Amino acid sequence: MVNLEPTSPDAAQGLRGNIPQGLSVVLQRYWEVLDQVPDPEIPAISVVDLGIVTRLTVEEDGGVRVVLTPTFAGCPALRWMEKTVQEALLEAGAPSVDVQTTFENPWTSDRISEAGREKIRNFGLAPPPRRRPGCAGPDLEALALAACPRCGSQNTSMKSPFGPTLCRSLHYCFDCLEAFEQFKPL
Amino acid sequence: MTFSIPSNPLPRYLLQIADDQLVMGHRNSEWTGLGPILEEDIAFSSIAQDQVGHSLAFYEILHQTHGLDNPDQTAFNRPENGMLSSWLVEQTIGDYAFSLVRHWCYDQAVALRYESLAQIQDPNLQALAMKLRGEVKYHTFHAQTWMKSLLQGSEESRLRMLSALKEVWPLALGMFEAWPGETDLMQEPGSQGDPWYPGEKNLQNLWQTRAMESLASWGVEVEVLGLQRLEPVLGGRQGYHSEHLAPLLEEMTSVFRLDPQAEW
Repeated sequence: MVNLEPTSPDAAQGLRGNIPQGLSVVLQRYWEVLDQVPDPEIPAISVVDLGIVTRLTVEEDGGVRVVLTPTFAGCPALRWMEKTVQEALLEAGAPSVDVQTTFENPWTSDRISEAGREKIRNFGLAPPPRRRPGCAGPDLEALALAACPRCGSQNTSMKSPFGPTLCRSLHYCFDCLEAFEQFKPL
Repeated sequence: MTFSIPSNPLPRYLLQIADDQLVMGHRNSEWTGLGPILEEDIAFSSIAQDQVGHSLAFYEILHQTHGLDNPDQTAFNRPENGMLSSWLVEQTIGDYAFSLVRHWCYDQAVALRYESLAQIQDPNLQALAMKLRGEVKYHTFHAQTWMKSLLQGSEESRLRMLSALKEVWPLALGMFEAWPGETDLMQEPGSQGDPWYPGEKNLQNLWQTRAMESLASWGVEVEVLGLQRLEPVLGGRQGYHSEHLAPLLEEMTSVFRLDPQAEW
């Protein structure tokens, strides 16, 4: 059984989020708006939790500029996310919104916030292992050591590095005797 | 439908990478629904999706920085002789052994190209190469796992893999075909001051050394198999292709051609 209960706001409190500190009131508000825009493939987490918002600035004329970075280059949800980010900010009162997608601050799974990792676990997916110091690129040895998101057991085995979306791998838990998925480290 | 191949070495090189990824991605997507087991169906479909995504990222840079038409036009509105992909990627999928060996040969080469591109001075290309390199690590991991399993599996699986190796090898060597402008690009200093692009001969040697090491570790007697005596199949990097590319382009561009100016 997959636990689909949403995380209560209290549970997420105290966990490090991805909204920068010390922002102006206006910027803080826009970041909070984006923190409500769900990732279309894992709607339990926001695009801010996911760490794909790399820059948010307000121009002199009040126009908002947002820079996104894709999780995987072939992510089919990217255009959709650009659109929903733009719509959310316009609805929040931004006079104009410019959304760009670049690779200049490339995404890695370490960009997912602590709060986001917790939400991924509650959604029923194992969060990605953090990159070990000195390890360039995804740590594929750690990929095979996923802890079961249901029972926490490490007695698991990776069945395939490719799952139902580009960012998930397939695993099996020998204690639950159930399959599960992991958000892949990148 | 006219297209002039970029005369500057860097955009030409990037176009070769992009075209390989686009064509390989389309071929690999043909396994969707046909994989020998569900996990492999998903794996080839995911790899295909990555590859088409990688081609898009390069077409975008070619458009933004090097004056080529937008990615849709560049990908889908070119004559066959404007495509710079290798013969390896355009071959039909064959049986699973052929596709798997091709995937192994191809993604090992892509990993080497991205490793080298990550040393370029241009910060955008450098960031892109480092990003894509991480994704390809999953491809090479997948290919290595299955190559090992099937080469060390039953008598039948081993024979079929060895036969596929002999078939794929000359095509794989063709990935490293010399191209005009190559020696100029080899002079370009990278982010550390040294040239970042080693040239096709050096890439091929590196690729071949790694491949031979892996094969030997799986008990393949490379000498007996005669891989070293096989000659490369050339032409792709000059725009000359086998009979398999035209039908692929025909199918791949059929939706685009319904309305070439459509906004997607």
